Amino acid sequence: MTGWLTCAYGIIWRESLRFLQQKERFFAALVRPLVWLFIFAAGFRAVLGLSITEPYETYILYETYVVPGLCAMIQLFNGMQSSLSMVYDRETGAMRTLLISPYPRWFLLGSKLTASVIVSLFQVYAFLFIAWLWGIEPPLWGYLAVLPALIVSGLLLGAIGLFLSSAIKQLENFAGVMNFVIFPMFFASSALYPLWRLREGSVLLHDIAYFNPFTHCVELIRFGLYVKVNWEALVIVSGCAAVFLAGAIYAYNPSRGLIRKRR
Amino acid sequence: MPSDANQDPLRVTGVSHSYGTARALSDVSLRVAPGTFTVLLGVNGAGKTTLFNLITRLFGTQTGEIEICGEDLNRAPSVALRRMGVVFQSRALDTSLTVAQNMIYQGALQGIGRRETLKRAEAALSAMDLADRMGDKAGRLSGGQQRRVEIARALLHRPQLILCDEATVGLDVKSRSDIVADLHRMAAQDGLGVLWTTHLIDEVALEDPVYVLHKGEILAEGPAAEIAGERTLSDAFLALTAAQAA
Repeated sequence: MTGWLTCAYGIIWRESLRFLQQKERFFAALVRPLVWLFIFAAGFRAVLGLSITEPYETYILYETYVVPGLCAMIQLFNGMQSSLSMVYDRETGAMRTLLISPYPRWFLLGSKLTASVIVSLFQVYAFLFIAWLWGIEPPLWGYLAVLPALIVSGLLLGAIGLFLSSAIKQLENFAGVMNFVIFPMFFASSALYPLWRLREGSVLLHDIAYFNPFTHCVELIRFGLYVKVNWEALVIVSGCAAVFLAGAIYAYNPSRGLIRKRR
Repeated sequence: MPSDANQDPLRVTGVSHSYGTARALSDVSLRVAPGTFTVLLGVNGAGKTTLFNLITRLFGTQTGEIEICGEDLNRAPSVALRRMGVVFQSRALDTSLTVAQNMIYQGALQGIGRRETLKRAEAALSAMDLADRMGDKAGRLSGGQQRRVEIARALLHRPQLILCDEATVGLDVKSRSDIVADLHRMAAQDGLGVLWTTHLIDEVALEDPVYVLHKGEILAEGPAAEIAGERTLSDAFLALTAAQAA
């Protein structure tokens, strides 16, 4: 058992070390949501009125509404960043070092995913701290209660990244991920506007957003931050995480997956 | 390691592999005996890297069997992988980390703790005259030094088989001959089995067991001197591959 723990720890340690060395990655991860919070949310405060909806018990400012979506956005970008680093590792050959470890692929990929979640937690809590300085103050216990929600949503978004990394052939194809994965997932969700607002604009867009797993990540985080549990979101996010992780493990299986098809 | 010291570190039997309809390997069999530096010689595109990917289980075996120290790679991949160390054609060191950090990561992937890894790394790097570079970023080492660090890294978990896929590509003559000499020494001293894939004939010593791979088939096998006969090994190789092409 010690060997397994050592292996998992080594993978997490390496990912954390790389993250700490890439200071610009940390700042980019923070600047992106902060621009949304400081500029976009401030601008939209007057335009978007929000009625009292769960989990909020009172009227809230738009800045308060948008914070959980921005936490999920950090995790979404982090998941895709992990995917990018997997593709880079595959191109440079470093991925092979990982895949020839005697431990099973599911364990290696699971450890890689865990590392990605841990890195995303650093970023989210740094963002929440700055948001607190900006006056967005959820209940103090919310910072603890949101942790499981962040872990589960981080697992889903990381697993999507992991699965995508098996399908992306070259680093250059990553622009496609931005256009076809990150932007649609983020904008067609409840990150920036509540679902009921979307329905007023377009029923179809509402339905798309409802079936978008990212919406449920946002809601899971939103409820967690206010010390509540959104059970529907929890089930959907956990289920989708399991499906995408299974897909990634299948794709990285040497005798069955997508990797095998590459020369 | 629990396996029998006299057991072949590598035995490949009747392995074939295709990419869709393109046949890359056809009924390939070879063995690497303990304490030998065995060469898999072939031009680019001969199928060496495909075979290498099958032996390291990066690809699954379609037909045939691969045994590492008597363990079937498909039935007991974990045990088999534990007994091999690998140096890939493309450099696989993380250049943003130090040599020591690269070693710690590799040790962890084999389930070896940090302290033990550093102890073993120091010994392995000393043998390569690189012990004083542990704290340097891997990216600051020369190509030849990086390769030797990779070899030291592949030895961390004390494998019985070392696989090197065109490990000297892009290196100067001195670095190439040093690396080949180091591996010959390790094979002789420690009883390691080394499989050295290359297209560079000058890396083959006359006493080395050689397999000539061309268009996915083994054309000749035996000691290099035997394959060469009265000719140079280079001439013999050209004659073999030309005959197969005809």
